Amino acid sequence: MPHSNNSVMGTTLPTISLSHLDELWFQVSGTLCNLTCNHCFISCSPTNNNFGFLSLAAVHASLQQSVTLGVKGYYFTGGEPFLNPEMTAILIATLKYGPATVLTNATVLKQDWIDALVAASRASRYSLEFRVSIDGFDAATNDPIRGAGTFARARAGVQQLVKAGFLPIITATRTWPQGNDRTVLANFIKTLKEAGYDRPRIKLLPALQIGAEIQRSRGYTDAQRVTSEMLDGFDNSQFVCEHARIVTDRGVHVCPILIEEPDSLLGTDLQQATQADYAITHGACLTCYQYGAICSNSSLGLTSGDS
Amino acid sequence: MTTQIALFGGVYSNYLALEAAITDARARGISDLYCLGDLGAFGPFPDRVFPILQRHNVQCIQGNYDDSIGNDLDNCQCGYTAERDNYYANISYLYTQQHTSADNKAFLRQLPRTRIIQVEQTQILLCHGSPRKLNEFLWESTSPDHFLEPFFSQHAVDVIAVTHTGIKWQRQLPSGLFVNVGVLGRPENDGTTNVWYTILEMSGSKTSVEFVPVEYDYQQLAQDMQNEQLPSEFIDTINTGWWTTCLEVLPQKERISGKH
Repeated sequence: MPHSNNSVMGTTLPTISLSHLDELWFQVSGTLCNLTCNHCFISCSPTNNNFGFLSLAAVHASLQQSVTLGVKGYYFTGGEPFLNPEMTAILIATLKYGPATVLTNATVLKQDWIDALVAASRASRYSLEFRVSIDGFDAATNDPIRGAGTFARARAGVQQLVKAGFLPIITATRTWPQGNDRTVLANFIKTLKEAGYDRPRIKLLPALQIGAEIQRSRGYTDAQRVTSEMLDGFDNSQFVCEHARIVTDRGVHVCPILIEEPDSLLGTDLQQATQADYAITHGACLTCYQYGAICSNSSLGLTSGDS
Repeated sequence: MTTQIALFGGVYSNYLALEAAITDARARGISDLYCLGDLGAFGPFPDRVFPILQRHNVQCIQGNYDDSIGNDLDNCQCGYTAERDNYYANISYLYTQQHTSADNKAFLRQLPRTRIIQVEQTQILLCHGSPRKLNEFLWESTSPDHFLEPFFSQHAVDVIAVTHTGIKWQRQLPSGLFVNVGVLGRPENDGTTNVWYTILEMSGSKTSVEFVPVEYDYQQLAQDMQNEQLPSEFIDTINTGWWTTCLEVLPQKERISGKH
């Protein structure tokens, strides 16, 4: 796996090269979200306009560029992607190129959008995945993090998707002690089955101690970093930056987690950004190192409806 | 001139399906048989597949399971990430590790990771997961054309054959023919008990694909698995044709067509 060590001011920095652009992400709704979750790693909210929407035309230009780079899958995040008025059209366009995954809070979905996406999904040979963020198995555990009433609204959104024939991947950020995973997941499964989702897919994410999460819990200490020694014998494909890039309205960044970091902007287009190595000097890089695959669709927890 | 070859995907210790597939291929007059790796896993009595493969001169390449068993690694390298999937994968792995002889482990160790064969005018790359990675899942619904295309020129081949996912598919691309040959080890998550192998037919510079359903004595296999105290979830899959474990790697399209 490619990695090298850069020396800056006498300090050796662990650096990751992109091996292949497997995942192309889009910050499609910028930092705008209808919710203000208190663990959000980029502090998205109804008033955060630091990053703007991506237009269908802009996404399409990147999709076309991605063909020559051999991209394997496309991911759409925000903010809340479905605040972008072109989101449905963007997903429909993407399914002509490859598999698409959209990360949503499922609280703003409209039935005609879902109907259009069902039709597009059926017409495409590629999978359309919905990842729905819910951070507790009931209102008492979810709403303090995501906002009053959000559990009921997200539950209704999941029901809409399931009724339409999708198997949404419920994504929960671990805001409980890790030792409680099995109990929490069992409760998630029970709740989802009661809501009519009889074979729930659930993905657990570690909390990223950046953005709003710094206030909710704490930030990374200076010592919480990946060192060059830690990469000896390590499978670097566990790092998102080894196989992914993200397009925002500012350019192309190293990964979906670090877009607010000035050094994350690697270029103005994909070609440029795929050639740049990246020094993994941030605290969040340690979480990526520890847990791996945190941005992919694969689960890190108990799933399949069994507890 | 027309030539056929038979390609077997993961055997997963299903010695009964392996014998049935070989019998079927021989009955069609096919002499060249290949296996794309993962000889053990999931099923009972892993040592039983080796004499069958050797007796019929089935040319094998190495799968992730073969690398792990052959080299006594800690896990099967199947590529699962969910705890439940890994729980069952580990049961299967420990059983297979304990019941594979030292000689057969040595056989697994020396298998090539990939192989290019020429049949008629056609160059065919055989690999387990993908041309670039031993345990990469190449599902039909998550493998874009432009992702697959470069592999043909990189390896200078006309056909690429893989397995690993457990579900067969094929796609004709401008640069060549891509085939996932399916597996012999367990049914295809479609509610039927048969398994599948693949015949490639080369005629001049043209290649065609036939996916062949293989009926075998699945009840005997289920009984063997029960006698070996393998998980009831595995036996359910053999008896029903629906996958019960290792589900979380399935993309939406492949998952929705199953039962669990």
